[in-house]
Amino acid sequence: MTALHDLSVAALAAELRAKRVSAVETAQHFLARAAQHTARLGAPAEGASNGAFVALNEDATLAQARAADARLAAGTAGRLEGVPIAHKDIFVTRDFPTTAGSKMLSNYRSPFDATVVARLASEGMVTLGKLNCDEFAMGSGNENSAWSAVRNPWDASRIPGGSSGGSAAAVAARLTPAATGTDTGGSIRQPASFCGITGIKPTYGRASRYGMIAYASSLDQAGPMARSAEDCALLLSALCGPDPDRDSTSLDVPAEDFSRDLQRPLQGLRVGIPAEFFGEGLAADVRVPIEAALQALVDQGAVLVPLHLPRTELAIPVYYILAPAEASSNLSRFDGVKFGHRTKNPADLIDMYKKTRAEGFGDEVKRRIMIGTYVLSHGYYDAYYLQAQKIRRMIASDFQQAFTQCDVIAGPVAPTVAWKIGEKSDDPVANYLADIFTLPASLAGLPGLSLPCGLGAGGMPVGLQLIGNYLSEARLLNVAHQYQTATDWHTRQPGATA
Amino acid sequence: MSAKLVQGYEVVIGFETHAQLSTQSKIFSRAPTAFGAEPNTQACAVDLALPGTLPVMNKGAVERAIELGLAVGAHVAERSVFARKNYFYPDLPKGYQISQFEIPVVQGGAVEFYLGDEKKTVRLVRAHLEEDAGKSLHEDFIGQSGIDLNRAGTPLLEIVTEPDIRSSEEAVAYAKELHKIVTWIGICDGNMQEGSFRCDANVSVRKPGQPLGTRREIKNLNSFKFMQQAIDFEVRWQIDQIEDGHAIQQATVLFDPDTGETRAMRTKEDAADYRYFPDPDLPPLVIDRDWVERVKSQMSELPRVMAARFVSDYGLPDYDATTLTQSKAMAAYFEAVAQACQQPKLASNWLMGEVSRRLNAGDGSIEACPVSAAQLAALVGRIADGTISNNAGKQVFDALWKGEGEVDALIEAKGLKQMNDSGALDKIVEEVLAANADNVAQYKAGKEKAFNALVGQVMKASKGKANPQQVNEALKAKLAG
Repeated sequence: MTALHDLSVAALAAELRAKRVSAVETAQHFLARAAQHTARLGAPAEGASNGAFVALNEDATLAQARAADARLAAGTAGRLEGVPIAHKDIFVTRDFPTTAGSKMLSNYRSPFDATVVARLASEGMVTLGKLNCDEFAMGSGNENSAWSAVRNPWDASRIPGGSSGGSAAAVAARLTPAATGTDTGGSIRQPASFCGITGIKPTYGRASRYGMIAYASSLDQAGPMARSAEDCALLLSALCGPDPDRDSTSLDVPAEDFSRDLQRPLQGLRVGIPAEFFGEGLAADVRVPIEAALQALVDQGAVLVPLHLPRTELAIPVYYILAPAEASSNLSRFDGVKFGHRTKNPADLIDMYKKTRAEGFGDEVKRRIMIGTYVLSHGYYDAYYLQAQKIRRMIASDFQQAFTQCDVIAGPVAPTVAWKIGEKSDDPVANYLADIFTLPASLAGLPGLSLPCGLGAGGMPVGLQLIGNYLSEARLLNVAHQYQTATDWHTRQPGATA
Repeated sequence: MSAKLVQGYEVVIGFETHAQLSTQSKIFSRAPTAFGAEPNTQACAVDLALPGTLPVMNKGAVERAIELGLAVGAHVAERSVFARKNYFYPDLPKGYQISQFEIPVVQGGAVEFYLGDEKKTVRLVRAHLEEDAGKSLHEDFIGQSGIDLNRAGTPLLEIVTEPDIRSSEEAVAYAKELHKIVTWIGICDGNMQEGSFRCDANVSVRKPGQPLGTRREIKNLNSFKFMQQAIDFEVRWQIDQIEDGHAIQQATVLFDPDTGETRAMRTKEDAADYRYFPDPDLPPLVIDRDWVERVKSQMSELPRVMAARFVSDYGLPDYDATTLTQSKAMAAYFEAVAQACQQPKLASNWLMGEVSRRLNAGDGSIEACPVSAAQLAALVGRIADGTISNNAGKQVFDALWKGEGEVDALIEAKGLKQMNDSGALDKIVEEVLAANADNVAQYKAGKEKAFNALVGQVMKASKGKANPQQVNEALKAKLAG
């Protein structure tokens, strides 16, 4: 029999339903694997751990698994009953500490579960633990975690991508069949690409943000990360849906079955190819597999439509004005007064604020708070924030123009494969520039998907990005699934650690 | 404008009033808003700004803003925007206050009122929705401060005027009128001690015809008495400064009721940069015409509309109509009396006279009146139909107040019925004329006073029960005959 950790979400759910394996056995199997890859629970030898997990609670996990077994026995099982999942540490959870990758919240325990966590639990999913991420989801390499850098399962000397780096590494290393991630400027798609897995960021507002620790509220969006589009469709169907009593930006559209169109043939699909995604900045080792993937779509009946997204480059400055602006305000609540870290023996109130925040936040978070504070300041607001909002609207309308010519847009997720740990850590701008292909869809609030389509330099995975119009997740998953029925990149495993 | 000058200076005042809205739950959470609970027992995860929490608009607060907009004849914006006002303070849990900045929900409008006989109009700039902060408690914690977040997230409507007010008296009259409006339409309980209605006054002075002077803002005026004292002190202080050759610095000041002085809290140099920007957690507040119409249809009649109706429907003078519409309860009481006895002017006289006098001796509110509207109507009816005199009516009212019985029974028991039997009256008149021949002679000689003396004698002989009108008529008839 195939090892439990090699089963897809869909297959594992079927095994559990057929009672060929229990939820408790499944949980124990994955917990044993996860325990080898923690970042802060004990100190594993150098290189042995990929640092994906930052919190485990065996008692809570097994209690959930026993409850799942009881529902399976009683015939009241949810669609994903007993299937394990692990959550990015940006989602608040009652059963596990929530740190957002920050010292600021090193001992924080939420009194409630995030809506996304609760929705997945209500489908029967069992939580294995919490996954490492860049501090407050700010980063492209998971090097900004207060707990440890995460190692890419394909090459332990490389980053897994970020900010959902722990999620991508855990899925790629088969420590969990599925994980949640959040995507503000590419934080699901880019680590999925770098770790050779599949991830989707839905339309802004599809998934509730309640219980997702806010980085940039107008951009943050939750989504699933798994090994295939088929699994992502199952997970996305479970975690999306309106949440009007808790999140005012939650869209008033009913939950959907995102698996419904998976089998649709690609005959006649119009795939938009933005010239700006294939310029000089795109590394050759990424370009080759991307072009091969586009050819594979053509082979399945799709038509490529060359087009332009003329403001692609502007997405970088626009994003790095708006996201820090919102972050500078969102992170004001971490002041040492009510929860989280508070400095010892401050001289006075101002001293408490200063020291608490200086001690609690890491460098990248501080950098973005300073940028955000600056661009919102009197005298700069019009030139930066308002101007960026204008261009953001133009970027969104560029996409609408593009979607008059095509059904989906395809291109690379990132200009390169995963880089070496430490390679860009002294150069924040180099990190920012690497987000160029994921930022436009984030700014426009559009759904975006990353799926593995080949290997680049050093045998590192390359991801193909699919961007759809608003609420077209089912179509994106359909295209990805059809590609995955014709290719086997999504089944490749890293040799590095698993 | 006929501005009253102080030492040759014109006083210019604008008001910012924070009215706490009377919703059951907070503006962006479902926690209750009741006053006086144990610290931090009425703050939920959203109010505490726990990580991952988000605001959700309370529609009840929006409806109250719409009601104010309708009450002051303002424009209710189809689309208004919530913004974040960023600053650090321990009782501000998120590190920002959600407020409305560039596009408020209520735009324009005016408050009209009488200052003595003069009608005043103060234009409103805007009214916007925002959340209150918590409270810092500096007593009872040695070397530390306590934070109570019960009040955090309580809905406020900040109502801002143009600098149209020209004296401390006018300022108080404006504040009282606004207080009347918000309590009348029921959007605010108006409790100033509990901070439900807090006023800030922006005060400046200038020589007539000059541009506006630099203003200082007096914060948190929580009684009408202190409001007038604070503004009077501030005006004198500013004039003294200018006369001494000092320029006024823009500042925020507090009034100390113990010293009667205002004291600067912070100057413009320390003013924070609040880094306002639209709150990405809240979509623009959209209010369609249907919603406004729905709210309008559920609103009770406004005081000035009701006063106009009292003039047209009941024939009351303006003064009576304005006085009776000072509170909703008084107006309702009046209408009940007037409709039951069909004597609106007499009812108004009684309410503004005897009833108000008795109420003012107590706590002054009509709700506390022990005489019911039905009882007063019966009493007014008996005066109108001549059963008793107005003076006798006061005795009956006193008995009603003390709960001694009902009107007719009291009249009977006290023997207050007027003498309406003309035979009996004629007999008394004849006896009085016979016994007062000198008065009769003087009257016939043209002395009017002598007639009054005869009336007095008849009233005396009837032990006050004769109807003075009938006495006049009977006397004139006999003397003429």
